[in-house]
Amino acid sequence: MKRRVLVAFVLTLALAFVFLLAGAMLDLGPTTIDLRAPVAAHLAQSGVTHPVTAVLLNYRGYDTLLEIAVLLVALLALLAVVGDAPVPPSRAAHPVLQTLARLATPLMIVVAVYLLWAGAFRPGGAFQAGAVLAAAAVLLHLVGLQPGWSRPRLGLRIGLAAGFVLFLAVATGLLTQGSLLQYPPAAAGVLILLIESGLTVSLALILASLFLFLSREEGA
Amino acid sequence: MSTGFVFALAGAVLFSLGVAGVVLIGHLLRRILAFNLMGSGAFLVLVGLAQRQDVADPVPQAMVLTGIVVAVAATALALALVRKLHALTGQLGLPGDVDE
Amino acid sequence: MSMSEPLFDPLAWLILLPLAWATLAFVLGPGRGAWPAIAGLATQCWLALDLAQKVGAGGTAAHVVGGWGAPLGIDLAVDGLSAAMLLLTQAVALPLAIYARSYFKPGDPAGTWFWPLTGFLIAGLNALFVSADLFNLYVTLELVGLAAVGLVAAGGGAQQVAAALRYLFATLVGSGAYLLGVALIYGAYGTVSIATLLPLVTDDAPRLAWIAGGLMVAGLMLKTALFPFHFWLPPAHGGAPAPVSALLSALVVKASFYLILRLWLGPLQAVLPAFAWLMALLGAAAIFWGSWQAIRAVKLKRLIAYSTVAQLGYLFLIFPLLAAPGAIHAGVMQVFAHGLAKAGMFAAAGVLIKATGQDTVAGLAGAVERLPVTMFAFGLAGMTLMGLPPSSGFLAKWQIIEAALAQGHWIIAAVVLAGGLLAAVYVLRVLRQAFLMAPASATLAPVPRTLEWSAFALAAASVLLGLRGVELMQLPGAVT
Repeated sequence: MKRRVLVAFVLTLALAFVFLLAGAMLDLGPTTIDLRAPVAAHLAQSGVTHPVTAVLLNYRGYDTLLEIAVLLVALLALLAVVGDAPVPPSRAAHPVLQTLARLATPLMIVVAVYLLWAGAFRPGGAFQAGAVLAAAAVLLHLVGLQPGWSRPRLGLRIGLAAGFVLFLAVATGLLTQGSLLQYPPAAAGVLILLIESGLTVSLALILASLFLFLSREEGA
Repeated sequence: MSTGFVFALAGAVLFSLGVAGVVLIGHLLRRILAFNLMGSGAFLVLVGLAQRQDVADPVPQAMVLTGIVVAVAATALALALVRKLHALTGQLGLPGDVDE
Repeated sequence: MSMSEPLFDPLAWLILLPLAWATLAFVLGPGRGAWPAIAGLATQCWLALDLAQKVGAGGTAAHVVGGWGAPLGIDLAVDGLSAAMLLLTQAVALPLAIYARSYFKPGDPAGTWFWPLTGFLIAGLNALFVSADLFNLYVTLELVGLAAVGLVAAGGGAQQVAAALRYLFATLVGSGAYLLGVALIYGAYGTVSIATLLPLVTDDAPRLAWIAGGLMVAGLMLKTALFPFHFWLPPAHGGAPAPVSALLSALVVKASFYLILRLWLGPLQAVLPAFAWLMALLGAAAIFWGSWQAIRAVKLKRLIAYSTVAQLGYLFLIFPLLAAPGAIHAGVMQVFAHGLAKAGMFAAAGVLIKATGQDTVAGLAGAVERLPVTMFAFGLAGMTLMGLPPSSGFLAKWQIIEAALAQGHWIIAAVVLAGGLLAAVYVLRVLRQAFLMAPASATLAPVPRTLEWSAFALAAASVLLGLRGVELMQLPGAVT
């Protein structure tokens, strides 16, 4: 009974909030500031031609730098929580599934490279490419071809950190231009491609780690 | 009513549902899903409201991409904690908090 | 300097340095990275001091990331309030790093990834204090929140993991509400730059701006653990390893308070003051409820954690008083007093727990005789929490009372006085137990001297700051 009252109370509040918010949103006039114009006006100096990529890696590239730090923090926290535990031997799936996964993996790598390259002028980029690569690792794990991970060895740690280190180094180096991440327009395209390439590898490893370090026998 | 507006309204509904879910649901896995619903709601409002004249605005789109990555990171950490708690206690709910 | 020598801009390096040593500590591997952290933090202390001197001399510092300038790009800006927060963060983190290096023995599962997580936490805090962009602030909030949860959960048992999960959900819902607020602000004004918003959000702001302000402040209140949103704090701060409890209580909860104050004095000043008395009411409730729970607590660290709930309450008493400049000075002084004292107190508690092998108030009998330095540190920190002269806590509470009486709000002055008495009850409860004779069977484990003296340094600083408080309080005079 008490529980029902609580549920009814919370849902009523939620509903009231939706109506309040909807009413206020319908009241809204046009905004004073429109960022579409400056985004487009500086696109030629941004080093890329896709506006979202320009915002993500140039105009607001600092957000993206901190966001990679957030991903690394989540992985570190995950490692601190799960600790070292033995990884059970992976169970092999049906041979047909294994063969399919083997066939899919090179295709996924090609797709990832394409996404990375396409990011400069159409939807795509390091995150999408990294996610596809990580998905390939998860696929291989699920069919029993890639065992789970028990502890991050030095090589893996370097790989996980490399993309962020590269990004941080470029951001710091550009202090010579006047401020953090202030790309000289002529070099912006190359630097952004460099950062995105490093991020693709590290993001793939981080995202795969978030899965593979969790994949172990419970209670071990 | 423009498409952007419909997205923003849907976002408001999802956000409220998500918050209600996080408050009301004891099962931790479902609570994580509720949190994700809440996040998606905020993202929809961010993109939808800015595009209420149905002209794309790249700035909130890039912000949402950043937000999604942050949400993925938070979800992964939450799942790791839930699995650890399940391994230690066999429960998928939070035990009571005691000072003894 | 920031224009002529951009390469050495302290503002940028306060973010870059901790990011760099955090990453280095991660690559070095489990349990490694203490020395890069200590070296980095020592440099950061110097940078923060340099910045505070410059801002104190009447200047402000800014850094236009990417060279675009708001609203297209992200601006970083430091005024007196930010400079003070930066100074406190580095000044508390350095002694705690020295403490933590002795605290975590090699192979301790709680210390495996302590250094990189702490580095990212400090980077997140510094980035938060200098950011002038509402969405960028959201990213820094998440960086701080996730790093803090990871530190709480590290190597813990079921209770600690449960505490971390409670904390995680609280912090995520808090930043979720903040993010929806940012989304509404962008929808209403087309920008998230604080400087650009400042002239735009006026008294006749659309209803959406009010909802946004409410959402952002509610989310941040949850993250600051203001009563009645404090439920997650005692298990998380009470259950974590001592250096982590100290970092969390001294710094992390202050970050979201800082952001409330920043919004209040800045872009949402036309909207938020309507809630001033609600804030003060909740602050008063926090003082009474937190103190009462601290008086009743069985575990020592649980007592200190509830004391944090109470001490945070004082920060919210200043909101109805903000018409007078003294209120901001009082707020900053209370942030410093509680930050230093609570870091010292948790550090002292860590020593006592290591020595007695148990986390209970009852187990402290005989501690004064055996660990005089640590108990003296605990007493000094307690003095600051009670608000006895000449401590910085006294100065903070004096300033609140003065501002309250000057504006005729004697009720706030009465709450401050009552809170001081309640603090005396729970602090003296611990000290009284420590003065009792130890049971004959009790043995104390040896504790490294570094632990005792770093706890002492923090606690002594919280008292001595009271003597040099005037310079500090001149800093936030330069709030922009």
